[in-house]
Amino acid sequence: MSEKRELILSFESSCDETSVAVIENGDKILSNIIATQIDSHKRFGGVVPEVASRHHVEAITICAQEAMAAANVTYRDLSAVAVTYGPGLVGSLLIGVNAAKAIAYAHHLPLIPVNHMAGHIYAARFVKPLKYPLIALLVSGGHTELVYMRKAGEFEIIGDTRDDAAGEAYDKIGRVLGINYPAGKEVDELAHQGHDTFNFPRAMLKEDNYDFSFSGLKSAFINTVHHANQIGEQLNRADLAASFQASVIDVLTAKTIRAVNEYHVDQLVVAGGVAANHGLRDAFAQRLSELDHHVDLIVPPLRLCGDNAAMIGAAAHIEYQKHHFADLYLNADPNLEFTYQA
Amino acid sequence: MKILAFDTSNRCLSVAIVENNNILGQTTINTKLQHSAVLMPVIDQLLKMTGIKIEQIDRFVVAQGPGSYTGIRIAVTTAKSLAWTLNKELVGVSSLAVLAANISSRQNLPIIPLFNARRNNVFASIYRWENNKLVNIMADTHISIDDLIAQVATMNTPVIFVGDDVKLFVEQLQNKLGTQALFADQKFNLPNASVLADLGAQMSPVANIYQFVPTYLRRTEAENNWLQAHPDAPRSASYVKEV
Repeated sequence: MSEKRELILSFESSCDETSVAVIENGDKILSNIIATQIDSHKRFGGVVPEVASRHHVEAITICAQEAMAAANVTYRDLSAVAVTYGPGLVGSLLIGVNAAKAIAYAHHLPLIPVNHMAGHIYAARFVKPLKYPLIALLVSGGHTELVYMRKAGEFEIIGDTRDDAAGEAYDKIGRVLGINYPAGKEVDELAHQGHDTFNFPRAMLKEDNYDFSFSGLKSAFINTVHHANQIGEQLNRADLAASFQASVIDVLTAKTIRAVNEYHVDQLVVAGGVAANHGLRDAFAQRLSELDHHVDLIVPPLRLCGDNAAMIGAAAHIEYQKHHFADLYLNADPNLEFTYQA
Repeated sequence: MKILAFDTSNRCLSVAIVENNNILGQTTINTKLQHSAVLMPVIDQLLKMTGIKIEQIDRFVVAQGPGSYTGIRIAVTTAKSLAWTLNKELVGVSSLAVLAANISSRQNLPIIPLFNARRNNVFASIYRWENNKLVNIMADTHISIDDLIAQVATMNTPVIFVGDDVKLFVEQLQNKLGTQALFADQKFNLPNASVLADLGAQMSPVANIYQFVPTYLRRTEAENNWLQAHPDAPRSASYVKEV
């Protein structure tokens, strides 16, 4: 008799994507349905929480239906139901949490609460097995964190942004360049056509910690553009984008690689929405290759860098093995975070 | 037919199990609760106490709004998830109708249920009992308390206001409507999920569970502003797409 497959039905609704997936044994995607609301929030230049919550209710059961159908499984086959319970927008999180609770209860399945950031890291599990200890850089519109993982499912923050998240900085300078929200992809493309000519600051690069700061860079960028506008000078947009991106990449890669060296890890995971940035991916590949020992770089494929339920299912696999289950009182925790290293 | 009904439209949470008009159980809690945390535990407790399994429920009836946006989303998401995943019927009932139906059907006067909607606005509607059926006279609406009072003043009949939030407006209602304004006893001011189940038993189940959403009665401020700036944009469009 073959061993029973471990199948987890997972939900993600922390921001503006409603996603439901079925994951086998933590590393195989049977389905990963993603419904995005981006066209709605583009109207407002950013995610409006009440609008996001409303869209999640519209999408939640149809996504679940499609995930079950695409995976070609029945409830009887499932081992557990998993859901992102934080961090994120509380109204958005509540939709996934309530749907997952109802579905787990209806079929007498264990309910696994998952930290969204753990999900981003475990998106890497679909590329190859993770080897601990490892360092993960989480970069998105809401987070810029360096995380040390001693073992599976154990997360310690060793560095964090003091102000803006990297993705947030992209959106803000994107607006100055006349690029619509979300700006990351277009700034990345523009940067590839220009050169780092403006020498924007590399914040906190020399400091003896793993923290980041992007608000100074953002201000320097905006001041440069405003000053040029005042004296009627036209600046090269591609060079502006390239200079901004060079500063972000320099700081992210330098601090991350220092952590990789000091913590003696052999694996680096770069995850989150900004991990989709080609400039950042290329820079990490290049700088890791210059080290005198081999460090494995894992960057999830583009589809798994943004918010999705497959990554939640992969993180839930670890929690399932540890029997970390929630009771029916599970609630959203919008400010959930990993513990900080003492 | 076994019905599981629940209402988390406002501060009060009410859950009931009703079988063929017999109330098997009801739990109503009117303290400041986190509905998202306690709704499922209360449902679980009530099922256990009444000895009924969730799989035996034939129809889920939910108070669909208006009310607190978060509250109605929690109830609607839970109801549509249960109905979908167990392949059972789903019915949505106006949260205001649930309050109106608290008033005896022997009462001939118009009934006005209302919820506070802040900034001197209310969610309100007008119902009346006709042949033991609760008939809607004025649709559920978001309206200023002054406009509601003006409308009632034209009716030339006493009306009964019902709802836990009525107390916030009693002075205004009495000052402007005098003896025309009657008030429900406090014990009728909270929603009863058993009443919700009764109303839901008489309705047809929703045809498409996937598209079932709360009745907010208000666009978000962001959408209102955007629509004002884009008068030619379609009033309703699908902005969610699978990728």
